[in-house]
Amino acid sequence: MGLRRVLDDLEPHFNQGGRFSKFYALYEAVDTIFYSPSKITVSQPHVRDGIDLKRVMITVWIAAFFPMFYGMANLGYQANSAILNLGLTGTGDWHEVIISLIAGHNPESLWDNMIYGAAHYLPIYFVVFMAGGFWEVLFAIKRKHEINEGFFVTSILFTLIVPPDIPLWQAALGISFGIVIGKEVFGGTGKNFLNPALTARAFLYFAYAPQMSGDSVWTAVDGFSGATALSQMATDGLPVIAAATGEVLTWTDAFFGQMQGSIGETSTFAILLGGAMLLITRIASWRTMLGVFIGMAATATMFNLIGSDTNPHFATPWYWHAVVGGFAFGMVYMATDPVSSSMTNTGKWFYGALIGFMTIIIRVVNPAYPEGIMLAILFANLFAPLIDFSVIRANINRRRARGVI
Amino acid sequence: MTSAKEVVFKPLFDNNPIALQILGVCSALAVTTQLSVTLVMCIALTSVTAFSNLFISMIRNYMPSSIRIIVQMTIIASLVIAVDQFLQAFAYEISKSLSVFVGLIITNCIVMGRAEAFAMKNPPVLSFLDGIGNGLGYSVVLIVVAVFRELLGSGSLLGYEILPLVGNGGWYQGNGLMLLAPSAFFIIGLFVWVLRSVKTEQVENAEFRIAPHASHSHEGAF
Repeated sequence: MGLRRVLDDLEPHFNQGGRFSKFYALYEAVDTIFYSPSKITVSQPHVRDGIDLKRVMITVWIAAFFPMFYGMANLGYQANSAILNLGLTGTGDWHEVIISLIAGHNPESLWDNMIYGAAHYLPIYFVVFMAGGFWEVLFAIKRKHEINEGFFVTSILFTLIVPPDIPLWQAALGISFGIVIGKEVFGGTGKNFLNPALTARAFLYFAYAPQMSGDSVWTAVDGFSGATALSQMATDGLPVIAAATGEVLTWTDAFFGQMQGSIGETSTFAILLGGAMLLITRIASWRTMLGVFIGMAATATMFNLIGSDTNPHFATPWYWHAVVGGFAFGMVYMATDPVSSSMTNTGKWFYGALIGFMTIIIRVVNPAYPEGIMLAILFANLFAPLIDFSVIRANINRRRARGVI
Repeated sequence: MTSAKEVVFKPLFDNNPIALQILGVCSALAVTTQLSVTLVMCIALTSVTAFSNLFISMIRNYMPSSIRIIVQMTIIASLVIAVDQFLQAFAYEISKSLSVFVGLIITNCIVMGRAEAFAMKNPPVLSFLDGIGNGLGYSVVLIVVAVFRELLGSGSLLGYEILPLVGNGGWYQGNGLMLLAPSAFFIIGLFVWVLRSVKTEQVENAEFRIAPHASHSHEGAF
């Protein structure tokens, strides 16, 4: 127990009156990485359970590894294919220096693709982690609350929903906005009513619209431009041409994620693996996920039935909506955020269905935004407290009618 | 009796109509994409507030209480029309970009609020100064918002290029959010945050506090 002794020896310096008392939050963060917190619940209701915020957040973080690793490989595959097709020699920017040390540009080689993906993804993650971590620690010290593992989740989820070609300073600016305006101004983890990662993404979406939603950001090669599956569907309907191969994109390819898109959102399969992990550990709510799915499928089917001569997107079936764009990622990782979603079980159904409904409405009917899940979730976040309130009022009224209270 | 100095300077930071009373926010969103337009709007609103206070205070003892709102509105509306005509005559371009927002000064809560709260109870000169002070308080916030929005959104101030935009061969990537109205909310929010961090007496009491849910145990964790 050498480490425990070291930490215990250090503790007095960080306690009140100690030399570093300002930095108690940092001490606490390091201590609780290695040992379970000494804090125990004192108020009622009193559930004895091994699960705590730390464990919840770390599980989500690990579950996000599935789309992350697939995302890196796919990022590399898309870019290397583009390099091959355009007859280029490399990425055309500073990433090339790192990549050329240990890998080539063969799209058939998993190694080359992974290295290419890692060379693009890891700098983004590092910058996001540093910038977001800076604000997190600053607020923890000033406000005297603890540094929260929620930030691990926010940062990784944010990096997975940005385009591969995002400039690093934009990533830093986005996460700063998400952490400060989306979370800390309301008092920190647990008190935010919007999902901070989505707030960060929405900020970039509106601040740098031409870059964040054009055709050239989805593959990390200079000078390459190709529309995503979703924006092709919005303008021309199915079938869709895959940018990497130039052939028609099959549903299976879309499901496994062989297409352009934000880093972590392409593979519905990898996302569902992570989702299964969240459901088995009972961290994410299956009600929310199913609600989102049903809302999406019902609305998409409704548009199929209505039909339209001018808007081919009306005819897109629900099983295509489910695999393109960020729908799966939003459903599994974003909508289920326990802080900003509805708390009541009945409310989760309504909350989820609202997200699914809004996603399709924005995707199909609004020509300005090809993708709708981000705005749909933020929109539903605003309504989550109202949904909970209505559910609780309905329950009170029902019990009153029964004469229980 | 309140002193003249107090009525002019107190609304700047101690009792700011936008930052503390949260009045007149709508025009702060609408006219702050360009600093030059904002300045004209600030002058327009300050003069309307000052003169409406002056005239209402002059006739305050002859106004039947039951129709005072209508009388106040008539005075304010006449002043706004005068300002609007003046702008159309001498600053047509700016008057075009201000569009309806000059006319909407009539509904600005600050003008009505000062007339009702101050001019009805105080002598004309002091009321006039109070109008100037509140107009300046409004202007302070609007100018701060406009400086951030024009600088970060279009890379310029008063139309002069400060941060050369990428589109014009420079290095600065214009922030499109700053050109949208919601950004004014963020900037006003941050302004209020900074102001209340400095002047802590402006911080409102929390409506409720969450009771502590956990405490440290030194018997060891379970």
